[in-house]
Amino acid sequence: MIEFLKRLLRTPQGAIGLFVVVLVLLIVIFGPMLAPNDPEKMAPLARYKAPSLTYLLGTDQYGRDIFSRLLIGARATVVMAVLATIIGTLVGALIGTTSAFLGGRADEFIMRTVDAVMSIPSLLFALLVVNLLGSSTVNALVAVAIAFAPGMARITRSVALSVRKQDYVNAAMARGESSAFIIRREMLPNVVAPIIVEMTIRISFAIMLFATLSFLGLGAQPPAAEWGLMVSEARRYMHLSAGILIWPSVAIAIASIGFNLLGDGLRDALNPRT
Amino acid sequence: MSPNYLLKRLLMIFYTLFVVSLIVFAITQVLPADAAVMMLGEHATPEALDALRQTMGLNAPVWVQYGHWLWALLQGDFGTSLRTGQPIGPAMFSALGRSLLLAFLSIGLMLILAIPLGIIAAIRRGKVADIVVSLISYLGVALPEFVTATVAVLLLADWLKWLPPTGYVSPTEDFFGAIAHLILPVCVISVILIAHVSRMVRSELVDVLHTDYIRAARLKGMSRGTVLRRHALRNALLPTITIVALDVGYLLGGVIVVEEIFAIPGIGRELIVAIQARDLPVIQAGVLIMAATYSIVNFIADMLYAVLDKRIQYD
Repeated sequence: MIEFLKRLLRTPQGAIGLFVVVLVLLIVIFGPMLAPNDPEKMAPLARYKAPSLTYLLGTDQYGRDIFSRLLIGARATVVMAVLATIIGTLVGALIGTTSAFLGGRADEFIMRTVDAVMSIPSLLFALLVVNLLGSSTVNALVAVAIAFAPGMARITRSVALSVRKQDYVNAAMARGESSAFIIRREMLPNVVAPIIVEMTIRISFAIMLFATLSFLGLGAQPPAAEWGLMVSEARRYMHLSAGILIWPSVAIAIASIGFNLLGDGLRDALNPRT
Repeated sequence: MSPNYLLKRLLMIFYTLFVVSLIVFAITQVLPADAAVMMLGEHATPEALDALRQTMGLNAPVWVQYGHWLWALLQGDFGTSLRTGQPIGPAMFSALGRSLLLAFLSIGLMLILAIPLGIIAAIRRGKVADIVVSLISYLGVALPEFVTATVAVLLLADWLKWLPPTGYVSPTEDFFGAIAHLILPVCVISVILIAHVSRMVRSELVDVLHTDYIRAARLKGMSRGTVLRRHALRNALLPTITIVALDVGYLLGGVIVVEEIFAIPGIGRELIVAIQARDLPVIQAGVLIMAATYSIVNFIADMLYAVLDKRIQYD
């Protein structure tokens, strides 16, 4: 574990990614305690304030403290993205391994169907599901999870199949190990690593997808401090104060870049080929 | 490439569209919207509603409705919009035309910028140029379209007043007006694509440059430039076709957001309006057309790949 962490920190992507992701997770946990002001308190006299000591990043169109809103909004955006990706990955992994395990015509059928589902853009799929279930945060979570499952199924299946063909699996079979042992001790550790890498990178997609859904009015609803929603609400007032648009955009970018970098760092650390 | 494979690939497209039609029909069936109520309004008499349901076939079992819908679809009839009462087909296809214009321009801009960026990053691996390209691509991948679009409008339209903020002008009516209105949307859509594709080109080329045949060509005394042009690029750029084709799915999602923000009357905007108004036939037609576009592009990409790379023998 220590060895692995060292390898991760040796690449710039890994080091920066880990730093940003840890920072984002700390904000998710402690953000609401750190927020200097009430994120939903409107102050008509303090609208469009420039950054100052009381309002670190200024105030928005209702006089709410942008910095506090960002700290609290981290939960809405990041936690949802991580949860949706994990659920989507689990469902996808289940479909993928089942398909690889069944093989033959069943595998062909499942994969062709997965391909077919993937021909609907994930944003459109999420829009349809949210519209079907009604716009709310939980429904957006379900929508993103469902939209991610086919892609993860494809990746899991191809990884499982390639691991299955490796010499160390054949060696274990020749040694006469049980299937349970081979799956658990030989295959699983090697299947999990690439999936975790893919999942980390997909969290950044999920963050963007959530923000986009909220932006289109189908995710979090006002007055929630969701980052995408903040950008969407800021659009009408952006010529009055650019800050209310820029800061939530920067927050989305930082969180998303962090997970992206960490994913790349993990890939390099897990795969010491290069 | 055998005719057998071609046939198999074409069948795949039909299977894809069949699955998508099932999904779309299932989703729109569960939607809590009553087409009859939508058309006659909430104050219609129960008798009038019943009569309309009868004529629209809404009282028939779901699979019969699906059969009717599919049969009409196969004859090229997409049905009529509940919101406007107009036939969907013509409206959808002219919207699709505007979206395709946007999509093709974006892919064009992406290819012009992403491939050189990727090549520069690969040959200057680890140097300043490589790091700069990586930074740009990380930033590009991490910014959702609605953020880049909003910031671009604020910067280039609101502050600098170089470009019109939103709207669409037909290229046949006012060519230069059309270009001016398309610059921002096209740039916004290409950002993520450029970031993604330049990274892929870089990693492919880095892999190729480490192969034995490249070393052999260099040892033979060929110059770096010739090795790059004659041997490395051919092999490194081929996978780009597949990557670009797969990115079309993402592109279509981006088109939805960008059309909504820039008020471009394309298929994405039609879909958003239809989804918000629960206009079921339009949703069904729009999703199906999007999936068909994606499948056909990927089919063409596969064929192109096989034609360009003689080593590939599909069967």
